[in-house]
Amino acid sequence: MSFLRLTGVQKHFPGGVVAVEGFDLEAVRGEFVSFLGPSGCGKTTTLRMIAGFEKPTAGTIVVDGKDLTYTSPNQRNVGMVFQSYALFPNMTVAGNIGFGLKVRKQSKAAIDRRVGELLELIHLEGRGDRFPYQLSGGQQQRVALARALAIEPQVLLLDEPLSALDAKIRIVLRKEIRAIQRQLGITTVYVTHDQEEALSLSDRVVVMSEGHIEQIGTPSEIYNFPSTAFVASFVGTLNLVNARVIDAGAGRLSIEGQEVRTTKAVTDAGADGRVTLAVRPEGISLGEGGEGSNRLRGTVDDINFLGSIVRIRLRLGEGTSGEPPAVVALDTFNEPHLRLPAVGEQATISFPTEACFVLGAARDGALASAEAGAEV
Amino acid sequence: MRLTRLWWWIVFIVGFLYFFLPLLGTFEFSLGHPIGPVRATPTLDYYASVVGSTAFWSSLGYSFIIGVITIVVSIGLIMPTAFWVRLRIPRARPFVEFVTLLPFVIPPIVLVFGLISTYSHPPFPFTYTDIGSTALLVAAYVVLSFPYMYRAVDTGLQAIDIRSLTEAAQSMGAGWTRILLQVILPNVRVALLSGAFLTLAIVIGEFTIATFLARPAFGPYLSLLGQTKAYEPAAVSIISFGLTWLAMILIAYIGRGSRTRVAVTGAR
Amino acid sequence: MTVAALRGAPEARPARRRFGWTWLGLVPFLIFATAFLIVPTLYLVVGSFKNAAGEYTLQNYADLSQPEITNAYLTSIEISLVTAVLGGVFGFLLAYAVISGGLPGRFRAGLLTFSGVASNFAGVPLALAFVFTLGRLGFLTIFLRDILGIDIYDNGFTIYSKLGLEIVYLYFQFPLMVLIMAPAIDGLRQEWREASENMGASSAQYWRYVALPILMPSILGTMILLFGNSFGAQATAYQLTGGTLNIVTLLISRQMRGDVLNNVGLGYAIAMGMVAIMAGTILIYVWLQRRAARWQR
Repeated sequence: MSFLRLTGVQKHFPGGVVAVEGFDLEAVRGEFVSFLGPSGCGKTTTLRMIAGFEKPTAGTIVVDGKDLTYTSPNQRNVGMVFQSYALFPNMTVAGNIGFGLKVRKQSKAAIDRRVGELLELIHLEGRGDRFPYQLSGGQQQRVALARALAIEPQVLLLDEPLSALDAKIRIVLRKEIRAIQRQLGITTVYVTHDQEEALSLSDRVVVMSEGHIEQIGTPSEIYNFPSTAFVASFVGTLNLVNARVIDAGAGRLSIEGQEVRTTKAVTDAGADGRVTLAVRPEGISLGEGGEGSNRLRGTVDDINFLGSIVRIRLRLGEGTSGEPPAVVALDTFNEPHLRLPAVGEQATISFPTEACFVLGAARDGALASAEAGAEV
Repeated sequence: MRLTRLWWWIVFIVGFLYFFLPLLGTFEFSLGHPIGPVRATPTLDYYASVVGSTAFWSSLGYSFIIGVITIVVSIGLIMPTAFWVRLRIPRARPFVEFVTLLPFVIPPIVLVFGLISTYSHPPFPFTYTDIGSTALLVAAYVVLSFPYMYRAVDTGLQAIDIRSLTEAAQSMGAGWTRILLQVILPNVRVALLSGAFLTLAIVIGEFTIATFLARPAFGPYLSLLGQTKAYEPAAVSIISFGLTWLAMILIAYIGRGSRTRVAVTGAR
Repeated sequence: MTVAALRGAPEARPARRRFGWTWLGLVPFLIFATAFLIVPTLYLVVGSFKNAAGEYTLQNYADLSQPEITNAYLTSIEISLVTAVLGGVFGFLLAYAVISGGLPGRFRAGLLTFSGVASNFAGVPLALAFVFTLGRLGFLTIFLRDILGIDIYDNGFTIYSKLGLEIVYLYFQFPLMVLIMAPAIDGLRQEWREASENMGASSAQYWRYVALPILMPSILGTMILLFGNSFGAQATAYQLTGGTLNIVTLLISRQMRGDVLNNVGLGYAIAMGMVAIMAGTILIYVWLQRRAARWQR
């Protein structure tokens, strides 16, 4: 039974800008859904439509059976946490948190009680009489969260709430947010461009790009079974190499003369019969690998020690007529007894056929042998 | 939502009318007041009369020259001071700022009262001579310009790293004068221009101090004209309003991007 | 302490600062300010404590209670209060209208530029402009009489009066309010409005609980500034009323043209009273601005 349902939601701005197109989503009560995508993909616009700050040009938004599409924002009972916190500077922490309750004309005693509960929830007991400017960024964000929760909203909306904070605080706070959300069982929509956040927090992730949904799925589905090239390259890091198609139907390709197989037939080869092949670094292992795995031989180009992970870059050939050689990176856990090849040595790597997939026609130039996604 | 929008339109229109009608009235008078009881035909004669009168040009010229002198003296005082405070004695900043804000506390009428009382007898009988009185006028205007000039220069200096520039210049052997004139000044030109235009506008429009120091400036000229003639003052007003508008547009154009949004108080 | 230990110690700071030679750099500016701002003011201060014989006395200040003088102060205060409040309220509305009122964007730039000019369009030309418009033979006066049949002068109105002065003063009060409030209104972040809507607040509640409290220090502060602005104005009043209206600035002006009070010291005392009021308004303004700035983070 869906609690939050968006159907065919669309937002066109005057001047022809299509911010959101054909957005469909059904979320059950208590679910934590993330909207993930790069800037400008429409995730914030969609969130704002749920909150009521933008009116959809088409489609409906239904919460708990009630159609909210054209209801004004102050009558929706959805709580929003803004990217910039938007705490009222003229009110204390207690005043901010209790504002929604004051508007609903609750008694002072009731308001004080609820504010007290929430201060405890966000671990800011005793700070109720501070002003926002006296708090750190992380504390302000927690107050913003408490304020949104105070009115017991049906849906909780968060618009990149952690983007203004330090990396360490971000990790601590996002866990707290998730814990509170679980405890209260509130249906939540969380907008972010940080895939780590989305993957670690959500029950489901909606990956968006240029106004439309690329894929909806659990974090594991999104990561391991990306359904489009965009999702594959946006989520996680990826090796991209150019490969020549040997047998499209059988999914056989050749990289620098070495054969590899994919599990799916190749459908989107370029006119020159070349495609971009994607492999995740963690899918590749040193060594011969098991029966039926793809194997590649190459020269070790570089070894990067990243702490718990070691990233090895392997050059697969010398390059063909003007093109740089194909390079793949593989990640392997850093163990004390790790026997790593030396730079310049020959090495064999392997990966299962399911760990690689074709991402469309080959792209030349730097992109061809670049690693997509965030480079650590 | 529609209703609120309408309300704001009403506010704007009322404001617009309030601002526009007096200008329209002035313009109408400058054409000879055709609506008036005499039902004269609109004419540009009064503009011609003004433009042809020596009093107009001499008083305008006088105020303009005084304005330029004021600007030069003011910059000459304020710029090195603001520079020095920023570079060497940041602690003095509140104090200097306070001094530059004093002209707000001591309105022109009181200032000129004090100036005349102090300097109309030995040991500093400025008012005995023409040149003395004129000097006193310039001094008063420089004081009046302090708040705007200081704010403009300070804003300009804030935008450039004067410490590094100064040290670089010093390492190449430049002395203070050269540093100020050839390194600092060119880089705060925009801010200075904005302060200069503001000062010029104040000087040309000023009435109180010029009157009491009996100077042949533009303000007293216009006041007298207003008391003696019916339509010429309107023509002068339109001309001076146009010139002020021009100056402000120039300020805005030259100072675009900088944050010098200083309120101006001229002749009150 | 052994010599060896002393030699090993880091270079000691000078026990006393060298005489602040750097402060000498302020001398030209200070001399000028002293000569042409401080000294004249001090002259007035000292003179206000002297009687005709040159002896020190407080009598001049006591004499401020003379009816003519108290009336002048009261009238000045009244005019300043009226134009400060009206100028403040309508100026604020005007600024808000062009910034957040949904009017075309060009209106904002237009109003701000015009305000820059209009706040300077004061004194003689302004007084004349209103005489041309609302004077006995003014353009609007005649229009109302001939086209709409309303003769304002028959109904007791005259521009050459306290009321007239208030109407005229608003011409530079509105723009000053607009210029100073515009950045403050800009500073009202869109998200505060959205957050308050999100909490269920109506527009009126938003204004009552969020926007006005945030803006109040700026509004009050600027109104105080408007008060001081009006209080210290002379040229406009002089031109409009021929110097006859009994307000403090014109009182001083009349005193300067001839010793109408028969007591120079009294004139100085009046001027000092004025300075005291202006100083008070500036202080309150600065204090209120500090409070407003506290919330701008």
